[in-house]
Amino acid sequence: MSAPIVRRGRAFVFGDQIDTDVLAPGPYMKKPLSELARHCMEAVDPGFASRVRPGDIVVGGVGFGIGSSREQAVQALLELGVGAVVAKGFARIFYRNALNLGLPALVCEDLEASAGDEIEVFPVEGRVINHTRRREYACEPIPAALMEVVAAGGLVPWLEHRLGPRSG
Amino acid sequence: MPAMTLPEKILARAAGLDTVRPGQIVTCAIDLLMMHDSGGPRRVAARLERLGARVWDPSKVVVVSDHFVPATDLDGAEILALTRRWAAAHGLTHYDGIGICHVVLQEHGHVRPGMFCVGGDSHSPSGGAVGAYMVGVGATEITGALVTGTLWIKVPETLRVRIDGALAPGVAAKDVMLHLCATLGMNNDRYVVEYGGSAVAALSMSERLVLCNMTAELGGETGIVEPDTATEAALRAAGVPDAIDYARWRSDPDAPVARTIAIDGSRLPPQVAAPHSPANSRDVGEAERVRVDQAYIGACTGAKLSDLRMAAQVLRGRKVAKGTRLLIAPASTAMTAEAAREGTLATLTEAGAILLPTGCGACAGMGAGMLAAGETCIASTARNFKGRMGSPDARVWLGSPYTVAASAIAGHIADPRSFLA
Ligand code: SF4
Repeated sequence: MSAPIVRRGRAFVFGDQIDTDVLAPGPYMKKPLSELARHCMEAVDPGFASRVRPGDIVVGGVGFGIGSSREQAVQALLELGVGAVVAKGFARIFYRNALNLGLPALVCEDLEASAGDEIEVFPVEGRVINHTRRREYACEPIPAALMEVVAAGGLVPWLEHRLGPRSG
Repeated sequence: MPAMTLPEKILARAAGLDTVRPGQIVTCAIDLLMMHDSGGPRRVAARLERLGARVWDPSKVVVVSDHFVPATDLDGAEILALTRRWAAAHGLTHYDGIGICHVVLQEHGHVRPGMFCVGGDSHSPSGGAVGAYMVGVGATEITGALVTGTLWIKVPETLRVRIDGALAPGVAAKDVMLHLCATLGMNNDRYVVEYGGSAVAALSMSERLVLCNMTAELGGETGIVEPDTATEAALRAAGVPDAIDYARWRSDPDAPVARTIAIDGSRLPPQVAAPHSPANSRDVGEAERVRVDQAYIGACTGAKLSDLRMAAQVLRGRKVAKGTRLLIAPASTAMTAEAAREGTLATLTEAGAILLPTGCGACAGMGAGMLAAGETCIASTARNFKGRMGSPDARVWLGSPYTVAASAIAGHIADPRSFLA
């Protein structure tokens, strides 16, 4: 079975209502993902794409991912290596997209974090540790119906497993 | 059987259950699946191939090319070519460049009362205008839905918006939604929004589409209006002969709802949303004199025939201000044709409007009408997020087609009521 999902990295902290045009700006939507990802968050933090490193954790406020259904909003974060997003609340399509693509998205109302804090995320258990502040926070658990999909690494691998080997 | 709201009845039917209750997770059989050129074949083809799977029921799938039409560069042209090939190879109905998906679906009678529909676009709640339960999802989930023909839904609580009192002249469904964005905020994902009341009953199907469409801006699961005789007439016009089962597709009068909001439509002034959120809405009077470089009438929300007529009412016999450009991208070619036939189009062009191709265009920063840094635009579109229509340093205001047209004449944000007297 899949290894337990745990993510650890530095916090990049954003405010409320980070929308899909900030995550995946329209003018670059026709471009390959690698190019689109370089513009991720540039409207609110122009240096984000160049500073973020694999495993880093994006911390958001309420309404994270509001707007379009474009899953490039999730894929841009994955492309940059973001390990998980922890937010006070997610827009419904972004939340579904994130889990479908294997990006852990955790609802955590209480998390306190500043830029650069060392954050560890336990999506399955539903908790987050801020090692810098030495504090632990409880999160909303991912719905049971979705846990299987997340554990498989996303909807396509999950379906692949369910549909069995390719019949050709 | 316990009393249920209309959305609950549709979910129960689609899930093969007698009843559903809020919070329950149910798997629904899909009656119609829509995808477009941006989130459709270009994003699902490889995944379906990887799964070695086929489309579960090609007769239930509709593809609409609208985001990158007509192609303005090679990237877009290739995406459109791939969409064409893939739709043909899978035997799917494909509307290619003749209008914006949410409008085209209804023009061609694909969405009907009581249906459970899934769209690969966030404004898919538009389908609720016809009394269907239609939700938006991303491309991976579209892939899953194409294979299984199902989608899981966490049954939402119902938020009822009752609008009574006829909307004043110069006030449109768009103003209602901007007002709701400001009062309810954009994080209502727990709710399906049911729109009703005498003002809603009096609205055209195009205007009901705006209510449901912009439920996406409220962050709601979806929006819905109970079908009535206007719905039936629209379906007839779209070539759907079936009578509506009115007794079935309505909320039971005693069905519990989570929250009810009442709006007096007759007291609502025109609204505008300041950059960069639809929730930054206020009475137009509070924003007058904001200078505009561009006025944009476009999108599924804001460029249907009814929207073009609103703009024409304001623009008739007037001219767009010097230093301001008015761009109009009608929502479908059929609507452009009708607007031409009845003279609406001539009113717009005589006022100095620049006619753009049908399609999503500048609404999502993908076609003609992009903004430069420092520019200000007022648009009849649904969202004004930073960077959406071009430069992240551009400022986009939202308003109804009346307000956008009035602002184009004045050269600054203006109350359309003074042009309608
Ligand atoms: S017109 Fe705008 S809101 Fe409507 S489907 Fe196209 S991009 Fe989305």
